[in-house]
Amino acid sequence: MNDRYSRQTLFSPIGEAGQKKIRDKHVLLLGAGALGTGNAEALVRAGVGRLTVIDRDYVEWSNLQRQQLYTERDAKDRLPKAIAAKQRLMEVNSEVRVDAYVMDANPVEMERLLNGVDLMMDATDNFDGRMMMNDLSQKYQIPWIYGACVSSYGISYTILPGETPCLNCLLDRVPIGGMTCDTAGIISPAVQMVMAHQTVEAMKILVEDWSAVRQKLVSFDLWQNQHTSINVSKMKNDSCPSCGENPVYPFLEYKQQMKTAVLCGRDSVQIRPPANREWSLEEVAKTLAKQEGHVEQNPYLVSFTTENRRMVLFKDGRALIHGTQDITEAKTLYHRYLG
Amino acid sequence: MKLRINGEWLTVPETIHTVGDLLSHFQLDQRVVIVEQNETILEKESRSEIKVQDGDIIEIVQFVGGG
Ligand SMILES: [Zn+2]
Repeated sequence: MNDRYSRQTLFSPIGEAGQKKIRDKHVLLLGAGALGTGNAEALVRAGVGRLTVIDRDYVEWSNLQRQQLYTERDAKDRLPKAIAAKQRLMEVNSEVRVDAYVMDANPVEMERLLNGVDLMMDATDNFDGRMMMNDLSQKYQIPWIYGACVSSYGISYTILPGETPCLNCLLDRVPIGGMTCDTAGIISPAVQMVMAHQTVEAMKILVEDWSAVRQKLVSFDLWQNQHTSINVSKMKNDSCPSCGENPVYPFLEYKQQMKTAVLCGRDSVQIRPPANREWSLEEVAKTLAKQEGHVEQNPYLVSFTTENRRMVLFKDGRALIHGTQDITEAKTLYHRYLG
Repeated sequence: MKLRINGEWLTVPETIHTVGDLLSHFQLDQRVVIVEQNETILEKESRSEIKVQDGDIIEIVQFVGGG
């Protein structure tokens, strides 16, 4: 037995008993961007037993400024983030079981991965994922930790099912539009501050020190020197469709339609076909090779560049269309090349 | 009028009378926010009527999506 956790067990709220609890726990992390890589590294270094990492995207140069697990090599190889994250995390701590999934998880896929999960961590860049996680948290009684940031601003809240309000209780509507990393940018200290709030709450939950959980909605602006925390416990709503007396989990309903999303900070549109459509990347690459354009391939994706647009296709049928934020144009391109 | 907003004392223009005015002033009126005035969380519907007064302690939290 080496002493890799000695400084953490010396910290009395954790101790040897807490360390053992951390090792027995399974955390699911949705998203492996800025918050995802930060939280993943911290939890893996802290000795969590098992970490499931889910991400739909791959590493690009603009990620390297703040997404701490990735290197220039990963950006050059366009490695899926979940895969690159897993590689680095295994180097950091080989005692941890890390499961990586390259997917834009829908509720059905998430439900399959939730068995035995003790805590969900939010590291997505969109409210679709968060509202889904919020409903899953209520349905399966698993705590989750909301975290988000843009420019020098950040926010976090810990949701304990049956105890605290849920995210749906706190929102008067699901935020759309507004600031994104695209319009306002993001600086790494804002990421790290949110991540610190999330990781410490995770540690409290993993060692089951429930009385230490923050119970307040926290936000800050590091550039404006502002800090706020609000006790929102009174906002728990008995008629909330997610956590109220008769929950219907509205965000788990799977609508059979092509889903599209403009990606934060990427000048890109994601297209997700209606059903799970696993396709042969070989076949896709062959088809595209006949078109005007340049095709590149690795075991996880096919990249196709034509004119001033680039299309990246994943095995699960998803496509990222780069160089546009116009959903219709993206769909047109998708259909043009892939039927 | 001086208000303590998110921990900082700020002087806001005299044209601001209500919490709604304050949110407009900070260009937060179209955003999803929680507003607390002197430790009371305000209902969204009441923000346009509730007056702000000199010395009020206001906390504004905006929900953002990046990550
Ligand atoms: Zn609720």
